[in-house]
Amino acid sequence: MMWNSPADFLAMGGYALYVWSSFGLCALILILEPIAIHARRKAITQRLRREIRAEKFDKEGMK
Amino acid sequence: MSSTIGKNGNQFIHWFKFSSPATFYPLAGKLIPFFWALAIIFGIAGLWISFFVAPVDAVQGQGYRIIFIHVPASWMSMFIYIVMAVWAGLGLVFNTRLSAMMAQALAPTGALMAFISLWTGAFWGKPMWGAWWVWDARLTSELILLFLYLGFMALQASIDDPRRADKAGAILALVGVVNVPIIYFSVKWWNTLHQGASISVDKAPSMAHTMLLGMLLMALCLWMYSIAVALMRVRAIILERESHADWVRSLEGVK
Repeated sequence: MMWNSPADFLAMGGYALYVWSSFGLCALILILEPIAIHARRKAITQRLRREIRAEKFDKEGMK
Repeated sequence: MSSTIGKNGNQFIHWFKFSSPATFYPLAGKLIPFFWALAIIFGIAGLWISFFVAPVDAVQGQGYRIIFIHVPASWMSMFIYIVMAVWAGLGLVFNTRLSAMMAQALAPTGALMAFISLWTGAFWGKPMWGAWWVWDARLTSELILLFLYLGFMALQASIDDPRRADKAGAILALVGVVNVPIIYFSVKWWNTLHQGASISVDKAPSMAHTMLLGMLLMALCLWMYSIAVALMRVRAIILERESHADWVRSLEGVK
């Protein structure tokens, strides 16, 4: 086994700042990007739903 | 003779069937979970090898482990750019709406990959070279790649008519392709501080195998991830741009 303890693993042989900043930012981006896309999708589906409701309301109001 | 033409004709129609947003939209929806699953499997395997199997480097100690994210992200930033330019070019030639939407969906992911590459490069350069940044050919051309992605996105966003935006963006994307071989060969063409082949860091051949395997698994993870998020984004773009179409209005979840 390469690491003697969890603390040893976190210390990364003295390169903790550099290794964890690299992997940390990457993890952050890979989590935030799908969340941002989900929000974009939610915005467009809500807009479409509103438009459809408004059209329905217009048609039924005519009767 | 006529039968083969007929057959080819049918295949042609079959291929172009998925160039319609209405047929591609549900197909993309079905593929997304599959690519997410692959990304997670490759990611776990890749991280395991990166941190627990690949041995410590003789010269760079544990700090070299940044390679497992830096190199795959750099590969993906270049690969996504080429794929994006191909889609944009196809959109320009065949005038298919979906191709342009695919290019548009890939650009932000490519830009993020270029950013990860530069960021991890800075955090690798600091302990090894003593500098966060140098104006070296490899680093500078990768920075230009990030600006090309941002330029493509800004140009498309600045033109109101989507079809005109697609055309302008496609030309920018195609012209920018010239930068990709420059990035790739920069370490050969010029004397750069950036090292040449990524696998030459180590000495023992057994080490090269686990390191290469770790890098390949991480690259596969980012590849599958990029496909998954690009499909998610293209679905949102389809809804935005086809919002007037009847098929969109009759979709489950939109109704």
